[in-house]
Amino acid sequence: MPVITYLEGIRSAMREEMERDPRVFVLGEDVGKGGVLNATKGLRDLFGEDRVLDTPLSESAIVGVAIGAAMYGLRPIAEMQFADFIFPAANQIISEAAKIRYRSNNDWSCPVVIRAPYGATGGGSLYHSQCPESVFFGTPGLKIVAPSTAFDAKGLLKAAVRDDDPVLYFEHKKCYLSVSDEVPDHDYEVPIGKADVKREGTDVTVITYGMTVHYALKAADVLAKEGVDVHVLDLRTLQPLDREAILEATAKTGKVLIVHEDNKTGGVGAEIAALIAEEAFDELDAPIRRLCPPDVPAVAINPVAESFFLLNPDKVADAIRDLARY
Amino acid sequence: MDGLSIDQRLLRHRATGLTDEQVLSMYRTMVLARLYDERAHLLQRAGKVPFHISGIGQEAAQVAAAFALDRERDWFLPYYRDYAFVLAVGMTVRELMLALFAKAEDPNSGGRQMPGHFGCRRLRIVTGSSPVGTQVPHAVGVALAARMRGDELVAFVSFGEGASNQGDFHEGCNFAGVHRLPVIFFCENNQYAISVPYSKQVGRARIADRAVGYGFTGVRVDGNDALEVYRVVREARERAIAGEGPTLVEVMTYRLAPHSTADDDLLYRTREEIDEHRARDGIVQFRRYLTECGLWNDEKEQALLAEARAVVDEATQYADRAPYPRPEDTLRHVYAE
Amino acid sequence: MTDVKTTPIVVPHLAETIVSATVAKWLKRPGDRVEAYEPICELFTDKVNVEMPSPVAGVLVEILVPEGRQAAVGEPICVIAEEQADSASPNIPGRSAALDGEESFRTAAAAAEGGGLGRRDGVDMRARYSPAVLKLAAKYGVDLTRVPGTGLGGRVTRKDVERYIAEGRHLGQASANGRSGPADSTASAVSDKTAGAAQPYSIAEMPKVPVRTSGLHLVEHPPTPRIEIEGHDDTGRGETFIDVTPMRNLIASRMRQSVAEIPHAWTMIEVDVTNLVLLRNKLKEEFYRQEGINLTYLAFVLKAVVNAIKDYPIINSVWATDKIIVKRDINISLAVGTEDAVLTPVIKNADQKNIAGLAREIDILTKKARSGKLTLEDMQGGTFTVNNTGSFGSILSYPIINYPQAAILTFESIVKRPVVINDMIAVRSMVNLCLSLDHRILDGVICGRFLQRVKENLESFGPDTQLY
Repeated sequence: MPVITYLEGIRSAMREEMERDPRVFVLGEDVGKGGVLNATKGLRDLFGEDRVLDTPLSESAIVGVAIGAAMYGLRPIAEMQFADFIFPAANQIISEAAKIRYRSNNDWSCPVVIRAPYGATGGGSLYHSQCPESVFFGTPGLKIVAPSTAFDAKGLLKAAVRDDDPVLYFEHKKCYLSVSDEVPDHDYEVPIGKADVKREGTDVTVITYGMTVHYALKAADVLAKEGVDVHVLDLRTLQPLDREAILEATAKTGKVLIVHEDNKTGGVGAEIAALIAEEAFDELDAPIRRLCPPDVPAVAINPVAESFFLLNPDKVADAIRDLARY
Repeated sequence: MDGLSIDQRLLRHRATGLTDEQVLSMYRTMVLARLYDERAHLLQRAGKVPFHISGIGQEAAQVAAAFALDRERDWFLPYYRDYAFVLAVGMTVRELMLALFAKAEDPNSGGRQMPGHFGCRRLRIVTGSSPVGTQVPHAVGVALAARMRGDELVAFVSFGEGASNQGDFHEGCNFAGVHRLPVIFFCENNQYAISVPYSKQVGRARIADRAVGYGFTGVRVDGNDALEVYRVVREARERAIAGEGPTLVEVMTYRLAPHSTADDDLLYRTREEIDEHRARDGIVQFRRYLTECGLWNDEKEQALLAEARAVVDEATQYADRAPYPRPEDTLRHVYAE
Repeated sequence: MTDVKTTPIVVPHLAETIVSATVAKWLKRPGDRVEAYEPICELFTDKVNVEMPSPVAGVLVEILVPEGRQAAVGEPICVIAEEQADSASPNIPGRSAALDGEESFRTAAAAAEGGGLGRRDGVDMRARYSPAVLKLAAKYGVDLTRVPGTGLGGRVTRKDVERYIAEGRHLGQASANGRSGPADSTASAVSDKTAGAAQPYSIAEMPKVPVRTSGLHLVEHPPTPRIEIEGHDDTGRGETFIDVTPMRNLIASRMRQSVAEIPHAWTMIEVDVTNLVLLRNKLKEEFYRQEGINLTYLAFVLKAVVNAIKDYPIINSVWATDKIIVKRDINISLAVGTEDAVLTPVIKNADQKNIAGLAREIDILTKKARSGKLTLEDMQGGTFTVNNTGSFGSILSYPIINYPQAAILTFESIVKRPVVINDMIAVRSMVNLCLSLDHRILDGVICGRFLQRVKENLESFGPDTQLY
């Protein structure tokens, strides 16, 4: 099976969907030339500039136009250049896309995909590193996905394009070229709403998504040598949360550590913790813990701040170790 | 219209391509819309429905625009005062009443949205919301998609002069201008955004002139002159179909009623001003035109009023008696089922 | 055929935040005909001032809210008699629809509660201790197996534990789990000999025995006395009146008489009942199995007392002004507490009973007293009273003599205390015995000796004691 990068997984998903379905097209700033992060590289040569459409610099219009096109019957993939710049489109995403089916009593629907590169790469500073998924989390009507591997990235993007509801697709910038794994040649989908156990374990459960999945796996290897067996659950989909998988992973060990790069307060982890407390109270052998960056607006550019703010396998290992000891 | 001979006046509507039947149909639709609107107001004040937002004063322009479009193919994104427009493209008074009473059978939203929040796939009326202006980029998206599919049609989107200051208006116009999309931006300038008058809404400029900034045609028209509005929209449509891009039509009209049933308009304008505009209202002018053409008279007027009132009464009663959605329906259609 | 239906016309919800409106002016008077949508009044609100159109046609019958008065949204302001060809007009759809919606939500919510791993209705939750419960239990040394659970499936809730602690019940079983710390770390250096007390067990091998503070077995949750409030309750005066029952009257006069006539003196002694505790613990299970009644400390106490009275018969006497009548029969009045009062039924010829027999008598009389079945005969003839004040946790009491007897003895709480034996500290189960005496008949010397004898008797109970 070929091994490809996370970025190639995303790119190939778009290419294959556009080949398969003439209704699929991509729009956004600089997508024609390949996108500032190369996600759409080569697509214009294959499909022409109408289907790989360069838009003016207006996020609200990018999403709003995509919504209109989706209501007409097409399957647009709207790209936000960086997740940090998604906010001008928040009104279109939350007031419109999320509510179109519900407000029209199923007369209209909005099958858009909005891709947003998120997360810190180092050197990105406050406005090229943010994790804004929690801003949209909890808005009924939206689906939100955040893959961590090339396999999941490709499969989830295909599923998102084929889904009849609006999907926010958060792709972690750091994973683009640093994560590679086996991806089949044939067509496949990763279902939206299903988490994935990336590592079986019996001592501590780590629930996480995005880049921190890899930190957790590295930490697990270190801890295995110390006799601590770590269970890693990759959420893959943030909304709807895979409730069964979360409760099952909790019951497996009774000790849960939630890890994400989004800041702690009001993050997706808070909802997971509440869910576990509400529905798996008797399975708990320790308080639910969350490991997240501090509650500051975003990560600054100087290396000291980055080191302080960002997570890494060591910080994850320390947190797991601590919980294992309880 | 004064000072012209009868023949010249008769020519006016025929010159623009409208038949006698069509102009009478236009007039009837305007009157029906007016009666619906007035009744809806009374129903709210009587406590039978929770909310009503009026389009009184703007009926003539809306109906004229609708008649200038292809009502079998074009796509429509109206805003919340467009009762006359949606009636003209095929919605019924009964359907409007069902929305007003928020009943399950309401085709716009199944009793979920406020009245005036139209949506009907059958009639190609795209579902609308309350944040004003968001429909402008949607219309641009519809036009883009239609063109990508090779479908020859126009996306017609309307909004008030207040909403024309939202970012979405500018972003949508710019996008449509860049890609020369078949969109008609129909700004119903009724002089007030709730209590804020035009002078505080827009700098010393005409909204129509904004089109220049986006690279396409802008036209200002007297909203009380139905035939003028018809002509302007007709031309805009032809331009769009020919691939010449969008048009911004600024319709000068007047909001005769308060913003909504929750607004006390005498806080910011005088009864004299309102009465003065009521005398110049588009329906009044159109009736005068039809009468002068010999197509209308008092007898026909009374008959029409009686007929329209009967339609409104029947629709009111029907909607009043219709069942509400079931409680558990509240949970449906968040996602595809 | 027309029906006439009177319809109340209510203030509509005119705008979002409006909760009331003032009726500024009535445009119609009672008796006037009203068409549908014809304005009937003017309403002023914070947001809008409107003419209100009538929702129905008919005749205005009555004005309920006059001009100038405010009415809440939904409140009727007038009544219209409707004429209608058919009575199938919808009732105010808004309200019942809203109520339907709410009820349905509640049902749906209740049904949804069934899910989740943690919700296991029907499963035994008695041993499911929450973190809050465990924390409290650890802090106060509570044996959770003894705490009754009022939560779902019998679960012990935090409130259950708090209540248990508030009632002091954790104190009684503090040593039950061997968890009360110093009480159990008996120094093995303490020698086997103690002053005046048999040492059947070496201290090191002393089994950890639960010390019951009560001899009288009261109900698990003794109810607080019911205070019947009769007559009027004047609010604002901060008082309630309780009727005086005949029994209360009798008790009151007896108490008064005793205190007025008998010059009370008081003395006390402490007794080491460690061996008694061990003995009882050893025998109680089998006794219960054989006899079907509890073997209480009180039975032993009565035996000790009765034997002491035999040695000092003056204790068993009555002042008769010019003579002292020494009673031959030893009839022990036993103080039994019920919800309303303390009764003193009599164990006749207590000296002729062995410990088992005394236990039986105690049981019978207690049950009779509690169920209100004591006869007059049960109550008469007592010559000496014993009160088990320890059953409610007392360690010292000053009892009032049961007129016309000569003395009354209380048996207080058994408490584990550090005491000095052979100049070393030991932990022993100690109990106080208090004696109030009629100082006309008795004095310190005789009573001191009497108490000493009771003490000796009690301390002599050990593993060889026969119950029968």
